[in-house]
Amino acid sequence: MSDTTLSSPPRRVAFPPNWPARIGFILLALYVVYAGSILDITWERFVAGFGHGARFISRMFPPNFAPDKLELLYSGMLESLQIAIIATVVGVLMSLPLGLAAARNLAPLPLAWASRALIALFRTFHPVIVAILFVKAVGFGALAGMLALIVASLGFLSKLVAEAVEEMSMKQVEAVRATGAPFLSLVIMGVMPQVMARFIGFSAYQLDSNLRNSALVGLVGGGGIGATLFTAFQRFDYDFVLTIVLAIIAVVMVGEIVSGWMRRLFQ
Amino acid sequence: MDASSTVVPAAAGLDRSLVIRNLRKEYRAGQAVLKDVSLTVAGRGMTAIIGPSGTGKSTLIRCINRLVDPTAGEILFRGQDLARLNGRELRMARRRIGMVFQEYNLVERLSVIENVLSGRLGYVAVWRAWLRKFPARDVDRAFQLLDAAGLGEFATQRADQLSGGQRQRVGIARALMQEPDLVLADEPTSSLDPKTSVEIMELIASRAAEREIPVIVNIHNVELARRFADRIVGMSKGEIVFDGPPQALEDRHLMEIYGGEGWLE
Repeated sequence: MSDTTLSSPPRRVAFPPNWPARIGFILLALYVVYAGSILDITWERFVAGFGHGARFISRMFPPNFAPDKLELLYSGMLESLQIAIIATVVGVLMSLPLGLAAARNLAPLPLAWASRALIALFRTFHPVIVAILFVKAVGFGALAGMLALIVASLGFLSKLVAEAVEEMSMKQVEAVRATGAPFLSLVIMGVMPQVMARFIGFSAYQLDSNLRNSALVGLVGGGGIGATLFTAFQRFDYDFVLTIVLAIIAVVMVGEIVSGWMRRLFQ
Repeated sequence: MDASSTVVPAAAGLDRSLVIRNLRKEYRAGQAVLKDVSLTVAGRGMTAIIGPSGTGKSTLIRCINRLVDPTAGEILFRGQDLARLNGRELRMARRRIGMVFQEYNLVERLSVIENVLSGRLGYVAVWRAWLRKFPARDVDRAFQLLDAAGLGEFATQRADQLSGGQRQRVGIARALMQEPDLVLADEPTSSLDPKTSVEIMELIASRAAEREIPVIVNIHNVELARRFADRIVGMSKGEIVFDGPPQALEDRHLMEIYGGEGWLE
């Protein structure tokens, strides 16, 4: 043993091979190939798709700005905006108490865990799936879309509120608690000032996201511009589809600017 | 100075003494941070608690207003055992006890005056706190306290724009805003420079003397303790090992409190 150390000391390995990770990557690559093969993904279909896509796009031009179409566009877009704004406001108002109840440094643990479970449930399904459920429950139209987006907003905002509250300085809260403040006053003067700026940032982001998603929930019967878009697709009015798509892009971009501006204002 | 002491009509006849009996605190079962501490604090004057870090000074002070829940023992104040209180009764007791913190613990994003008015939260309704509709009398008093601390012009600035000494003055104003019957100060000068430390101790001592309220202060600086306190309590390893007037505190006591002797040279 001492001979080997004298003649040639074994080279020390700085980066030992991570065999579990290597095997994992190989298995993943094999699965992707296998899954592709059984899903009938072929190059021919891909090439054919290019042709279809080109024809589809050529039929979109020029976009249709006929007055009756613009009328439809306007009423659909207005409904989407209303859905997005109402869903954001209601979601924001409801997410504050839910988020506080889920914060483990403020709420009693059983309440915090129950609230977390509820939030997890809200976040489980994509807004489109929630919208389908609400369409079945309350019928086609804006109400279903709005309820779906409220659920989505609640899931997102409550979780972020809970996290912001858990990260705040407990020293500041402790000082307010030491004055004998009742719980709600403690929240108003000790907790809210610490999380408000971030909360407004989240809310602005959620408004932005609800504007996008309000078009999406319309596709499954949740009202708004999505419903108009779906109808246009069904009737092969591809030129009107392009008009709608352009309008959605414009609204989403304006929404992004407004939400960025809100975030800066309350920084 | 201010004629607003309507909350306590007969302040003169009030007994503000504090009696701690066999107070014990274990954060982990079997490991006592406070070992059956008993201490009686008179209804006026400043009591300084000195001792090495981690010896339970902070825990002792925090047990009094129940930011920490004691494991066993009694804390008698104004006819109640603070150790037994809960919910509303505890809040009612807390609003009579002002507290000053080492790191000031101001709500950074609130304005200075909002921080001072926070001292009234135990008295005002929630909707008033929410809409910032504090009673005019409270607002006037908050301005008086800020003026007296030399911070009148900073009232509407955000608390995080102040220096350490200024923040601690706001912290003291917040505690006084409660019209307390007892002031607890947990290392109020440890984050401050020596000059500001003296000014802060002077402020606490003079305000408490004017109002004839007792102060219990945890302090690392033995010189400051000697200078401002009427009584010094030395703690070591969760027990009281010295209790007497500042003049009686000798080097041998300090050796017992802090251990070793080389640092005394």
